[in-house]
Amino acid sequence: MPEAVFRMRGVSKVYHVGDVEVVALQDVSLELFPGEFVVLLGPSGSGKSTLLNILGGLDTPTTGRVDYLDHELGRGGDAVLTRFRREHVGFVFQFYNLIPSLTAVENVALVTEIAANPMDPHEALALVGLSGRAEHFPAQLSGGEQQRVAIARAIAKRPDVLLCDEPTGALDVATGRLVLEALDRVNRELGTITAVITHNASIAAMGNRVIRMSSGRVVEVQPNAKRLPASRLEW
Amino acid sequence: MVKLGALDWKLLRDAWHMRGQILACALVVAGGINSYVSLSTVNRTLATSQARFYEEHRFADVFANLVRAPETLGQSLAAIPGVAALETRVNVKVSLDVPGLNEPARGRILSLPRDIGSGGINALHLLRGRMPPPGSQHEVVASQSFAWSNRLEPGDSVRAVINGRYQTLRIAGIAVSPEFIYALGPGQIVPDNRRYGVLWMDRKGLAAAYDMEGAFNDVAARLAPGVRTSTVLGEMDRLLSGYGGIGAFDREDQLSHRFLSDEVSQNRTMARILPTIFLIVGAFLLYTVLARLVQLQRSQVGLLKAFGYSGAEIAWHYLKLAFLISLIGAALGVVTGLPLARTMIALYGEYYFFPLYQENILLQVSATGVALALFAAAFGAVPAALRAARLPPAESMRPEAPPRFHAGFLERWGLRRALRPAGRMLVRNLARRPLRFAANVTGIAVAVALLVLMTAMLDGINQLVDWQFKHVQRDDVQLILTEPRERAALDSLRGMDGVLQAEPFRLAGVRLHNGYKLKRGLLFGVEPGASMRRVIDGAGRAVELPPEGIVLTDLFARVLGVKAGDTIEVEVMEGRHPREPMLVSGIVDEPIGFAAYIARPAANRLMREGDVLTGAYLQVDEARRLTLFERLKALPRVEGANLREVAYVQFRAMIDRSVGIMISVNLLFAWIIAFGLVYNGARIALSERGYELATLRVLGFTERETAGMLLGEQATVTGVGLPLGAALGIGLTMYFVWLLTTQLWRMPYVMTGANLLGAVAAIAFAAAASGAAVAWRLRHLDLVGALKARE
Repeated sequence: MPEAVFRMRGVSKVYHVGDVEVVALQDVSLELFPGEFVVLLGPSGSGKSTLLNILGGLDTPTTGRVDYLDHELGRGGDAVLTRFRREHVGFVFQFYNLIPSLTAVENVALVTEIAANPMDPHEALALVGLSGRAEHFPAQLSGGEQQRVAIARAIAKRPDVLLCDEPTGALDVATGRLVLEALDRVNRELGTITAVITHNASIAAMGNRVIRMSSGRVVEVQPNAKRLPASRLEW
Repeated sequence: MVKLGALDWKLLRDAWHMRGQILACALVVAGGINSYVSLSTVNRTLATSQARFYEEHRFADVFANLVRAPETLGQSLAAIPGVAALETRVNVKVSLDVPGLNEPARGRILSLPRDIGSGGINALHLLRGRMPPPGSQHEVVASQSFAWSNRLEPGDSVRAVINGRYQTLRIAGIAVSPEFIYALGPGQIVPDNRRYGVLWMDRKGLAAAYDMEGAFNDVAARLAPGVRTSTVLGEMDRLLSGYGGIGAFDREDQLSHRFLSDEVSQNRTMARILPTIFLIVGAFLLYTVLARLVQLQRSQVGLLKAFGYSGAEIAWHYLKLAFLISLIGAALGVVTGLPLARTMIALYGEYYFFPLYQENILLQVSATGVALALFAAAFGAVPAALRAARLPPAESMRPEAPPRFHAGFLERWGLRRALRPAGRMLVRNLARRPLRFAANVTGIAVAVALLVLMTAMLDGINQLVDWQFKHVQRDDVQLILTEPRERAALDSLRGMDGVLQAEPFRLAGVRLHNGYKLKRGLLFGVEPGASMRRVIDGAGRAVELPPEGIVLTDLFARVLGVKAGDTIEVEVMEGRHPREPMLVSGIVDEPIGFAAYIARPAANRLMREGDVLTGAYLQVDEARRLTLFERLKALPRVEGANLREVAYVQFRAMIDRSVGIMISVNLLFAWIIAFGLVYNGARIALSERGYELATLRVLGFTERETAGMLLGEQATVTGVGLPLGAALGIGLTMYFVWLLTTQLWRMPYVMTGANLLGAVAAIAFAAAASGAAVAWRLRHLDLVGALKARE
């Protein structure tokens, strides 16, 4: 077994919303290994987004520790987390979050310019099958195309981990499948650790592991020996 | 008590939520209302006080001075068609010895006007004390300007040289007169009320002292409505020509009236321009804030419509917010404007002496101010409110489609290659709303221009003062004789202990004619090679006067329509009224008044007199000046002295106080505009692009980098606005220089690098500070929220 890239130990997260205490994560321990495709499944409120945020350096645990290789995340404050995100993490959002005033290729270039060892923005677009749409603005692209631009943007910096929060949540089946194909291809060709949050159980079939969450806890970790290509997913 | 509906509570909470932006808008509106309330109150007070004082005290329409005419001529003058009332007077110049003042002061004693009841003209308004008894030669009424500056009260005495003899005059009363609201002594360019005073004495007493029994040397008259003044003036000149009349004139040439009227009209202009600028900026800000709010609350609008609220109700809902903001601004403006008006009126009261009728215009000005604020609010808010009213309910509950962008013409011209993506974002965001960009740039430019203008005005006045007191005049004392004297007078001055140097001059009132064009002015016979009183051209060079020919100020030449090389007719308004053609040998670009220069020998020749002077510029030994002044006071032929240093200090004090207030108020105003624009612009950008910026933060951009992207737009707006503002300021200054050029003086145009840099720096600072205040909010950007649902 290769050494884990991410290691979570006894992580809990408590939010204070007004006078109410919300326990979003409770004693979660988890490891992510090089090159794997992990699907995080769970109903809304199960804590999967909080887990993703902590992994991506957007949030810090209330208790417990998270290590990325030999660095402990959450130490050194916002500047260190910003650098971590900048150098190691690629994000894909449910609503794509493209910059409306930039074309597809410029949205990618925005990130490659601040990355240490990026790929060419056009190359990243080619990977998600959008070479022909490089000069289009977000408003001129379909939802699926926008999401694929977002994936290109996320992978162009050659991140160590790609974190996707409901990447197909706003898309229809056919388009969603195209997006998942792009993610699958990036994972296989570049070997980027990919974590996909979804409440769509059928996506689980394309992961190496499926982590099921409920009420802030990991309730099941299920290895999947036979990954299905995205094109064969049905929902 | 009005019961607030649920929607009103929403409004109040919305308002509280966006209090920063509301404050920024309200402050700009407040600036407008403050300037409106303060300037209009001052203007209304001055204008109505002037009109009322003139009317109640029957200020004359025409005036004339002469040497001496028998009282019977008065009846002929009064019979001139169009003359409604006429008063003959005795008017003499005197030298005054004021307790506590070393140097001799000058003054004028006029025969007491009849009271209003008996048809008096230029009637006095007695402030304290009483009128002197009939026939008294020892009691006078003193002008308030003189009494106030010398701390004289009824019962105090001054000494005056009356007809060559020292005489003690007891002050019976203190009064103001419509004729001397602004009391400028001969040769003064600013009032020096300590050294120049007007006194009134009973006609009989004064006539006896000056050998004027049954005679007069001065006329004031009121005209019937609708009468042509020039006809009356011509007839008066004709009747007085045999009696040494030196030209009748109307109010336009009456110094006090001229100064006060110019002041009132300049003030009125300011009272229109400043509030307009502010309210336009305020309306624009309200528009941007409301338009953004409507956009943010699309789904709420949809919901309200789904509930059954009508479009009109929704439009009114948003209009109410605009009205709330403008009412806050109006209240602030009124509350700060009224004390400012009082301060300014008090300041005017130190230079213009007349009863300031503080009419009950408070309510009216405040009400108009509030109405203006509401109007500006409606102007800005109606388009945004209509947009809310027109939103189709179903569509408005869905999130808005992503804004459309395209590469503009700048990019097609190659800007694209030069810019990195962050730069392209900025350019496209600005290009997507060109009107908003233009309005913001204009606003910043206006703020800069206001500062440039105010500083230029101050620099201009300073240059005027320096020009007059450092370059033109380099004497210590300007000594004025009671009447033209032969050269021996100069020699005796030169022989006095403490006088280091004395330069004679010959001063006379003249009328210059160019065909039918005619203008009154002063003729300065300057000593050839003079070093203490020089004629300086626009470039600051001393002009050597030719032995023959006359040099005119630019203003004089323009009014007469002459240029160097032309010939004009010079009519001297004294003695035998010689009138001769003279060559205009030059024009000097002088800022002050209607003056003509001529070499003194040429002046003497023109007046058909010998080596005669009417005064001298003295350079004085500092150590012996007090004894010298004592001796000068004792000389009956000395009418008075103008001290250059004193006049300089006084002018400075006046500028520092009045202009000081204006400059600080305007700096504050300009800052408010800059702050309002940049703060609001940045807040709206943050609101529109918060999601985008949060995304960038998630993608690994630092706080500083995202702040750069947020404030880049405002920085560009400011960056474009600053130089434009400098240019606009230059233009505005030129316009004001033109606007402020009166019959009496011309505002010099002074534009320094320090002014432009200072104004630019001040606005850049205000912009940077407001930008920083917004950038600080980036700390609270919801990064996690960016991953989740769209707004």
